[in-house]
Amino acid sequence: MPESTVILDAVAIQRALARIAHEIAERNENDADVVLIGIPVGGDHLAQRLSRVLVEIWKHPVPVGILDVSMHRDDLDQRIAPQVFPTVIPFDVTGKTVVLVDDVLFSGRTTRAAMDALNDFGRPKKIQLAVLVDRGHRELPIKADFVGKNVPTAMGEKVAVRLRENGGDDQVMIERPQ
Amino acid sequence: MSWNRKHLLDIESLTVDEITTVLDTARAFKVVGERAIKKVPALRGKTVVNLFIEPSTRTRISFELAEQRLSADIINFTAEASSLKKGETLKDTARNLEALNADFIVMRHSASGAAHFLARVLNASVINAGDGAHEHPTQALLDAFTIRERKGKIAGLNVTILGDILYSRVARSDIWALTKLGARVTLCGPSTLVPKTFEQMGCRVVHNIDDAIRDADIINLLRIQHERQRKTMFPSINEYTQLFGLNKARLAKTKPDALIMHPGPVNRGVEIDSEIADSNRSLILEQVTNGLAVRMAALFLVNGGKGPQELAA
Repeated sequence: MPESTVILDAVAIQRALARIAHEIAERNENDADVVLIGIPVGGDHLAQRLSRVLVEIWKHPVPVGILDVSMHRDDLDQRIAPQVFPTVIPFDVTGKTVVLVDDVLFSGRTTRAAMDALNDFGRPKKIQLAVLVDRGHRELPIKADFVGKNVPTAMGEKVAVRLRENGGDDQVMIERPQ
Repeated sequence: MSWNRKHLLDIESLTVDEITTVLDTARAFKVVGERAIKKVPALRGKTVVNLFIEPSTRTRISFELAEQRLSADIINFTAEASSLKKGETLKDTARNLEALNADFIVMRHSASGAAHFLARVLNASVINAGDGAHEHPTQALLDAFTIRERKGKIAGLNVTILGDILYSRVARSDIWALTKLGARVTLCGPSTLVPKTFEQMGCRVVHNIDDAIRDADIINLLRIQHERQRKTMFPSINEYTQLFGLNKARLAKTKPDALIMHPGPVNRGVEIDSEIADSNRSLILEQVTNGLAVRMAALFLVNGGKGPQELAA
């Protein structure tokens, strides 16, 4: 059995998301231009939650999309084929400030793939990155604009994000192989 | 979700989970086809050889477009314009293509088992685009995809496959896929083309069309394959149409929500009335659209599974 430690519980996750939402609001003066795009699995639910907080702050709807990046990954032939989710972006991203939302930032390759994938849908004015957990070990020059929690990890460890939308309680855990 | 195969050779050896994985993956690729930019870079830098030793138009075009949409490089190879005409063996032809570092070979061949043979002698991934009267896995997958999309499920449905079963690789692959997914499959056609031996595959065999289609949710029509019949299996086309053709009178006696499928090419006025083929109960063109998504999914899935099986965050 791998040993696991809870690093964020439900309250801490909600608080982190509220803070990220306020930081997004503070950073972006043209709030009408901001759209959220979540990366499955995990980022899509987090984007929905951030949108709900931003709606309270801005008092207008904040559009949310889902962007599947699996077809844009650079390691497709080095691993088993990933699960593919439909991409749903029900708005034009051209000229918008797109906040990409992911659960864990690790190598940065998912973020790179997401920026490539986004190209197929238009030309955003700006792309920003919001993540619940930054676990380090970047392999590309990519940095998050909004971070819920920085968590130093070892390469062999696994960061597991569980969200209530997928059943169960909100929880972020580090799992160490034994 | 599970897929850990390098090749797609048949439906017989696939698990329910693997079939479902292809169908779920295809759903995502179908959405890609509806975008303004229909191309994704999943197979960028990979080379696909379309080795069509037996003539094919719709399957070849569908595969070709699927490969282009995945950004692969493509070599097309047909029997008429190749050294197979000059006496080269299939193995040598394929080995030569592999020496060019082809990553995938999509093959249509008139001999059953040809794709399995290639998979044994080559390092490339092989996708069977139809081998003799054996299997046509991507057709069965697109049929299953279409049924699932329109009916919301497959388990428990009554599917009737009508026509030339004996010579049909589509029928065999469909029977494997649909019975695995829990459909009740009925086969119907002249007894020479629909022998009772098919009951061993878990199907009902009926020789009266009205009995066969009465409770059907899906009626899948197959073309009479003149090119595969070495002797006359029924007296005349006219008689076949009289006895087994799907016309308005027969369709009126089926369930009102029964839908009609056909893998094409359609022989209008033979196995199906022209009007029915164009009606809103016909899924024929949806099958073509879905075929593209299913073939993209198949290529995408066999591309994986060669390396370490870890999921990066």
